[in-house]
Amino acid sequence: MSLKYTKEHEWVRVEDDVATIGITNYAQEQLGDVVFVELPEIDAEVEAGNEFAVVESVKAASEVYSPVGGTVVEVNEDLAAKPGLVNEDAEGEGWFVKIKLADPDELDELMDARAYKAYVDTLS
Amino acid sequence: MSSSPPSDIRRTPLYSLHAELGAKFVPFAGYDMPVQYKAGIMAEHRHTRAAAGLFDVSHMGQVVLHEAEPALALERLVPGDLQALKPGAMRYTMFTNENGGVLDDLMVLRRETDLFLVVNASRKEDDIALLRASLGGVRIEYLEDRALLALQGPRAVAVANRLLPGVARMGFMTGANFIWNGHVIFVTRSGYTGEDGVELSVPNSQADAFARGLLAHPEVAPIGLGARDSLRLEAGLCLYGNDLTPETTPIEAGLAWTISKRRRAAGGFPGDAVIQKQLASGPARKRVGIKPAGRAPARDHTKILAGGAEVGEITSGGFGPSVDGPIAMGYVAAAQATNGTALDLEIRGKTHPATVVPLPFTAHRYAKI
Repeated sequence: MSLKYTKEHEWVRVEDDVATIGITNYAQEQLGDVVFVELPEIDAEVEAGNEFAVVESVKAASEVYSPVGGTVVEVNEDLAAKPGLVNEDAEGEGWFVKIKLADPDELDELMDARAYKAYVDTLS
Repeated sequence: MSSSPPSDIRRTPLYSLHAELGAKFVPFAGYDMPVQYKAGIMAEHRHTRAAAGLFDVSHMGQVVLHEAEPALALERLVPGDLQALKPGAMRYTMFTNENGGVLDDLMVLRRETDLFLVVNASRKEDDIALLRASLGGVRIEYLEDRALLALQGPRAVAVANRLLPGVARMGFMTGANFIWNGHVIFVTRSGYTGEDGVELSVPNSQADAFARGLLAHPEVAPIGLGARDSLRLEAGLCLYGNDLTPETTPIEAGLAWTISKRRRAAGGFPGDAVIQKQLASGPARKRVGIKPAGRAPARDHTKILAGGAEVGEITSGGFGPSVDGPIAMGYVAAAQATNGTALDLEIRGKTHPATVVPLPFTAHRYAKI
């Protein structure tokens, strides 16, 4: 399926009942050089709209909110050694976590690529 | 993520140049300042250490004290030895309060007939008010008609010397006038990055043309406040408001080297008794370098623990691009201030190991003349 987006600049890609989550290209541009990503533990329970990760740029730390709720089944281990993947490929190799969805209906609340682009255009 | 700045926010004479260069602006001390340009903080930081970085620091306060032995008068407000300064020589010192706390840190340069001061942007109104209230008989001139640029890095002086021949012969921490296009540019060989370089006081009307003249040289790139902060942190230099406050003394901050033998003995500045006592018996807490063991940056206000007990707080912390890892400075109890001491940092509720290390993180490369 194609990506879905939040107003807090996270993206989600769902395959079966597992959602891969990261921050958007717009978010990484705003943050600048990412130097550290704090990810949750495997099996952690996350709720839609709650903080589940922290992304640190040279200048500041920013919370990342989960677009959907569920159980963490995988985290992107590559970010520990290469946090710059978030800058290089935010919506691909720079993914944060995979979550087993608790309630797939939560996806309906999210924006599609076109709606997200229109939203970002209102911000500049 | 963007919002309109308050209507009274100020701009420096280089605002349109910054915008043209793709700057991202942030409000800082009442000014709209470039935090970074297109290259980004990491690249700007590394460029400064490798070649030459151009910084707009026009938001800082440039003040001149005229007449009536200004060095003698200003010594009533700072512990620095200003009478020992020869014309052309510059010194780092700080305004202190009655408790020996720091009201601001500043550069003072003695010229033939006056003293040239550079103070922090966030403190300049208070500093000028303090000078006016305390220094009767001294005329205080606030140079609002001059911009301030810094050119820093191993190629900085060679580039500046092309526009202002003679700059390369200046000694470290000295100042002199140069003429550029018929205008006086006051140059000091100093900076806030740990690198060799110059700071240039330029008439507002000439600032844009002069900055473009520097940027025309291939070694020079524009650098924002983001990299200015990571460069000074690697260099172990204090940021006013973080590492220096009215509650910290110069001795706690590790700045005893700025106070001469004569001034230690004679005092005669606000808080002298407190500072003399700390010089004699050692301060209860000290500013130290702190290296987190992992990759997580420890920001200011991070709690410092030793053996489970709180022993201090991070005052500046982030990521050092040249160090390629997190770095920090903070205040700890004297018992924990020895290099090699193991500490824990409390970041988002979890403890992370760290070690007390000597400052600076990146060796200073100041001019040896």
